[in-house]
Amino acid sequence: MRNLFKIAVRNLLRYKRRTILTASLITVGVVFVLVFISISGSFKNMMIGQITDSMLGHMQVHKKGYVASLENLPLTLNLKPEEVKRLEAVLDVQSKVEAYSPRIKFGGGFSNFAETTNIRLNGVYPEREFKTVPLLSSRIIEGKKRIEKGEIIVPVLLAKGMNVNIGDTVVVVATNKDGSVNGKQFKVAGILESAVGPGGRDGYIHIEDARELLRMDEMEISEIAVRLKEFGGLNRFNQKLSGLLSKEMNSQGKPAFEVHTWEALSPFYNIARMIDVMTFFIKLMLIAIVLISIMNVMIMAVYERIREIGTIAAIGTLPGKILSMFVIEGFCLGIAGAVIGNIVGITLILILNMLKITFNFGQQQGLILQANVNPADIVAISVTVIIVSVIASLQPAFKASRMEPIEALRHV
Amino acid sequence: MSLISAENIQKDYKTGEVTVKALKGLSFEIEPASFVSFVGPSGSGKTTLLNLIGCLDKPTSGSLKVADTDVLHLDRKESASFRGNNIGFIFQDFNLLPVLTVYENIEYPLLMVQSVPASERNKRVNVLLEAVGMIEQRDKYPDQISGGQKQRVAVARALVTNPKLVLADEPTANLDHKTAYMVIDLMKKMRDEFKTTFIFSTHDQKIVGEAEIIYMLEDGELKGTDVKKGVGNA
Ligand SMILES: Nc1ncnc2c1ncn2[C@@H]1O[C@H](COP(=O)(O)OP(=O)(O)OP(=O)(O)O)[C@@H](O)[C@H]1O
Ligand SMILES: [Mg+2]
Repeated sequence: MRNLFKIAVRNLLRYKRRTILTASLITVGVVFVLVFISISGSFKNMMIGQITDSMLGHMQVHKKGYVASLENLPLTLNLKPEEVKRLEAVLDVQSKVEAYSPRIKFGGGFSNFAETTNIRLNGVYPEREFKTVPLLSSRIIEGKKRIEKGEIIVPVLLAKGMNVNIGDTVVVVATNKDGSVNGKQFKVAGILESAVGPGGRDGYIHIEDARELLRMDEMEISEIAVRLKEFGGLNRFNQKLSGLLSKEMNSQGKPAFEVHTWEALSPFYNIARMIDVMTFFIKLMLIAIVLISIMNVMIMAVYERIREIGTIAAIGTLPGKILSMFVIEGFCLGIAGAVIGNIVGITLILILNMLKITFNFGQQQGLILQANVNPADIVAISVTVIIVSVIASLQPAFKASRMEPIEALRHV
Repeated sequence: MSLISAENIQKDYKTGEVTVKALKGLSFEIEPASFVSFVGPSGSGKTTLLNLIGCLDKPTSGSLKVADTDVLHLDRKESASFRGNNIGFIFQDFNLLPVLTVYENIEYPLLMVQSVPASERNKRVNVLLEAVGMIEQRDKYPDQISGGQKQRVAVARALVTNPKLVLADEPTANLDHKTAYMVIDLMKKMRDEFKTTFIFSTHDQKIVGEAEIIYMLEDGELKGTDVKKGVGNA
């Protein structure tokens, strides 16, 4: 085996320029894919992070049917205290859950005593909300990063439009589920920066205030946002939680709850998907580059060495050995391209990171591009390149192994 | 027991409509440790015959036994390993592998064809390097040595597996006269030392004289045999 490698490497070095050209072509492909994957992947992760950590949470649980009419923020589809208790009993024992936050969501009128506009509000337990969506506090660009009873955090666009400032008193008017209208005064405690996606322009109040405003006899909850310890385990946990909650029935014997991950709740999931599709096609291009370039060199190598093949076949080298000689040559070329490509690619990514390139995402400005190289990507790309190299050499190698020695020896 | 026995072997080449009768029924026997030459003009069938004996090709009809093996019924793989274990080849154009050194070229059949252990390989290669007088050049590559030296390396490579038979098709055609004699002498010396049968073809009348048994081929037929005095069983 070692000798097959020795012969393969020496044969590659024999046509230095051609080997270098082919290896560079593979290198360029690997670099391109690696840099693209890490930048687009980092962008994707940043985007998902922004969405899940600013308002959505990793996943949400609602009363069955709530998400279908999510836009109306229906108060009739809230979870009753008894249901919330059952839900919390399930969530409390999940080791994968970092935090969860019950919310009352509703729409209402927002008045500065001079004019009135619409507002969407979240009534939350502040501590639990901040734990579940950790970026929320950083979105409060003015005022204190706390929400106390009687206080409201106002989205910046609304604050500007209505010309309200920290410390001002405002009135929120809302219609409860029975149709009766109620109003309540709040002190503006903070201004909230917008975030991308639904709920990105919501205001926040304390959950007790929400209950009072909506004249709830008992605490009803619109949704529970859940944050996991590890985002990577989202899909598995989603399945588990859905399974557990599907056993929880309502009084009519139908499932009481529905579970959604951020993917089902945010239109940005499609962008994330598109990035994945683009990544897939770029990988496909790499495969094509490797396949064609290696096949081309190996076909040439076999053609140039017909007499040598005839010689070794005549003196008794078995067809299988001849086959492996050429396959190993393609394999070595693939390894060279993959290794150099990874080194150059990683270096390039490090340089990109050092340049601290900034970009904007929605209202988020000046996000620093932080491209990460995922070791799994490096392994996957390298393995792909090497496997494709071997596959590309198979046909020429097979041809070499099937040559008739006398004909090969007669070849000029 | 003969090393080679050929009975009425014929070889036809079909190219399109035309059939060339390259060998028209040859019968002969060759004993172990002989030093044999096939001579004849161009196109007389020397290469064709050597290819048949060397199991590189099969006769159209007739029977051919090499080293007690009926070589007509070997498949691709079988004939490859038969060649690897029983026959050494020397080529007109030397055919050394350019990426291997002199030493590695001689070692090649032990490594890639027979899988002989390292210590044994080393021993055998060195014996042959010594025998063909190439020990000094052992680490050179084929493009760094002369034609005569290349052919000496080729002789060593052909002998390293201790074959029963070495076939050489026009081994001296690409060498000058003096070198040609030296190579033939070397082959003869190797025959004496290793008791290996050598069969070579040539159309060079002077070189032929070095052979102990000479078969004369003409137009695919055996036209005569010349056995030197004191040789063989005649
Ligand atoms: N592959 C082939 N296809 C068709 N005809 C062939 C083939 N090989 C040899 N022949 C023919 O068979 C006859 C014998 O050829 P062969 O090569 O054995 O002669 P040779 O004695 O080796 O000649 P030379 O001294 O020129 O090498 C010739 O007429 C040749 O044209
Ligand atoms: Mg010939």
